[in-house]
Amino acid sequence: MSYRRTKRDRVLVVDDDASLAEMLTIVLEGEGLTSAVCRSGDRVMAAFNQFKPDVVLLDLMLPGLDGMSVCRQIRATSGVPIIMLTAKSDTPDVVAGLEAGADDYITKPFKNTELVARLRARLRRSDQLASPLEFGDIVLDPAGHTVSRKGEALELTPLEFDLLACLLSDPSQVFTRETLLQKVWGYHHPGDTKLVNVHMTRLRSKIEDDAENPQVIRTVRGVGYQAILPGS
Amino acid sequence: MRRLARVWRRSIQARVVTSTILLSTLVVALTGWALLRDVADGLADSRLSAAVSEARSGFDYAQTQLDATLESEPTTQSQALTQMVDSLTRSRGAARTYELVLEGPLTDDGLAPIRSSAGIDPASLPTDLAHAVRSGPGTFWRYSDLPLLGSSTSEPSVVVGSQLRAPGSNDTYALFYLFSLADQQETLDLVRRALLLGGLAMILMVGGVAWLVSRQVLDPVRLARRIAERYASGNLEQRMHVSGEDDIARLSTSFNQMAASLQSQIRRLENLSRLQQRFVSDVSHELRTPLTTVQMASEVLYDSRGRFDPQTARSAELLKRELDRFESLLSDLLDLSRFDAGAARLELDTIDLSEVARGAADDPVLARAGIEVRLLGVDRPAIVEADMRRINRIVRNLLANAAKYSGSRVVEIEIAQNDESASLAVRDFGIGLSGDENLRVFDRFWRADPARTQGGTGLGLAISREDAALHGGTLQAWGRPGAGSEFILTIPKPDGSAKHPPLVSVYA
Repeated sequence: MSYRRTKRDRVLVVDDDASLAEMLTIVLEGEGLTSAVCRSGDRVMAAFNQFKPDVVLLDLMLPGLDGMSVCRQIRATSGVPIIMLTAKSDTPDVVAGLEAGADDYITKPFKNTELVARLRARLRRSDQLASPLEFGDIVLDPAGHTVSRKGEALELTPLEFDLLACLLSDPSQVFTRETLLQKVWGYHHPGDTKLVNVHMTRLRSKIEDDAENPQVIRTVRGVGYQAILPGS
Repeated sequence: MRRLARVWRRSIQARVVTSTILLSTLVVALTGWALLRDVADGLADSRLSAAVSEARSGFDYAQTQLDATLESEPTTQSQALTQMVDSLTRSRGAARTYELVLEGPLTDDGLAPIRSSAGIDPASLPTDLAHAVRSGPGTFWRYSDLPLLGSSTSEPSVVVGSQLRAPGSNDTYALFYLFSLADQQETLDLVRRALLLGGLAMILMVGGVAWLVSRQVLDPVRLARRIAERYASGNLEQRMHVSGEDDIARLSTSFNQMAASLQSQIRRLENLSRLQQRFVSDVSHELRTPLTTVQMASEVLYDSRGRFDPQTARSAELLKRELDRFESLLSDLLDLSRFDAGAARLELDTIDLSEVARGAADDPVLARAGIEVRLLGVDRPAIVEADMRRINRIVRNLLANAAKYSGSRVVEIEIAQNDESASLAVRDFGIGLSGDENLRVFDRFWRADPARTQGGTGLGLAISREDAALHGGTLQAWGRPGAGSEFILTIPKPDGSAKHPPLVSVYA
């Protein structure tokens, strides 16, 4: 794992609750992170463009523009990690948020340590690959974090890049969702398979010609996912 | 045959039509039989009286002839008798309607000479009639079956006989008239055929009428049944068509009223449930945000407790510990209220219970508590469709329960499966369960020992059981005091049921 220690990581906190937002900044500053607060959904993009955060902490319930829409707005221009803050652990909301492009979510109330662990996990990049990897017609370049297929560059978020790199790095292995959670999301979060499921769907929609009939990553029923060796 | 029995059992219409046909057949048969008997009697009576009077005039004629031949020589007499028989048989012209038998002169040994119209066997005469005629004067008659008038087969007939006496010689003669009843029989056959056909047609018609009438009554009932079935399956939009003011119309009206009232009740309950869900969701959000802030603040205080004086430091510790407890209570209560409101939803995945067991055994919390976990039967995958989060929560709760309350140092997790379901058992060897505790452990806030209140919310097992039920599965507890306790979670496989768990508790 490689940490970027050269500068303080910047966290954009988007939450309408003043106390919580302030408390969040206190904790984040205590962890050596720089933070800014935005308290309304419709001002997020302005704050985002101005603050240029390394990660966004986004509450789903926002005045102005709701969290899902904000999520999609950010994703339209940037792959910056987004962690949703949600009071609703009800899965439909969480899945909707993940589908809107959030990388991870954390349910209120949460522990400071848990929050920081997730932030750190999103801020560091996993080093699955030391050198460029060619896999069939897909080429991954870990240095530039770029992916191309048939010579065409693919727009993957850093998380999707890590997920793909993890799977392609060892095609002999079937990765369970638990393993992927640990290796890609970087923390042990047992049983949260929807994180993997939703992102696998997003990843497939970008790299597969037909997401219903995947040619790059196959689902091993009841176990997990595995890269399909080219030509097999 | 079985199909017929089924139709009979299930169709009122079949029963109505069948019993109507049976009853009308009985009635038609009885009336037909009585009618036929009357007609037959009438026909026979009229023919009989005609035959008897015709025979009488014949007897008179024959007696006159006999009187006239009195003086003749025996040979002439014999000739005369033959002539008489001929003339009698000829007396009605071409359309002869009877045959004649003349016996006599009668002797005591019964061997009298016989003259008869052609083709008649005198022995075929009814013996009792012949006897009666031979023994004395008078006119006698009997019904019989004889081949008459050139017919080769026996047909119904009536035989009339009388004794004639020759005045001079005192010889006696027996004269028999044999009348055919074939015409009457033919008429009777015709009537019988007509009655049979008529009766059959009537039975069919009555059956048809019964079918039509029962349909008229049953069609609305069947419609009501179909609609009731739709109501039962939850489709309350259907209404019965009401026309007229008869019983069927009233049935339809009541039916529709019932449906409308059911629908409004259900809507009311749905609204209540929606309100409840909204409330739970709102409370959840409204409570969680401030709780998050408070908890974060308490953690900051807790982390800096080293810089506080002892009293403040201890306060920070208590604050954090109780906030944690408050948080788990809140989350458990919200989960339970979601179950109660029917708002809990499964997020199904294909999961392997053996994998779940292996993952649960690795939980560092158990190792820290000094619990040794033994895995049994996890070498084979036990695949079920289940909600990973809930299954993990159940297993976590069961393990926490075994670790915290049983006092057992060893916990076993066993996986077993059959075609219908897969089971995960968590077994401990601690204080066990006594009496009805194996049922009460699932009660909300129930604790085996009221004095031991530290840790846990008292809701874990209640939630676990709800989680299991949400999967269509079961969570059951067994125990023996001092020996240990066992919890078995059974999750049905797709299209299976959890009725017959593949695992039986060692404490059962």
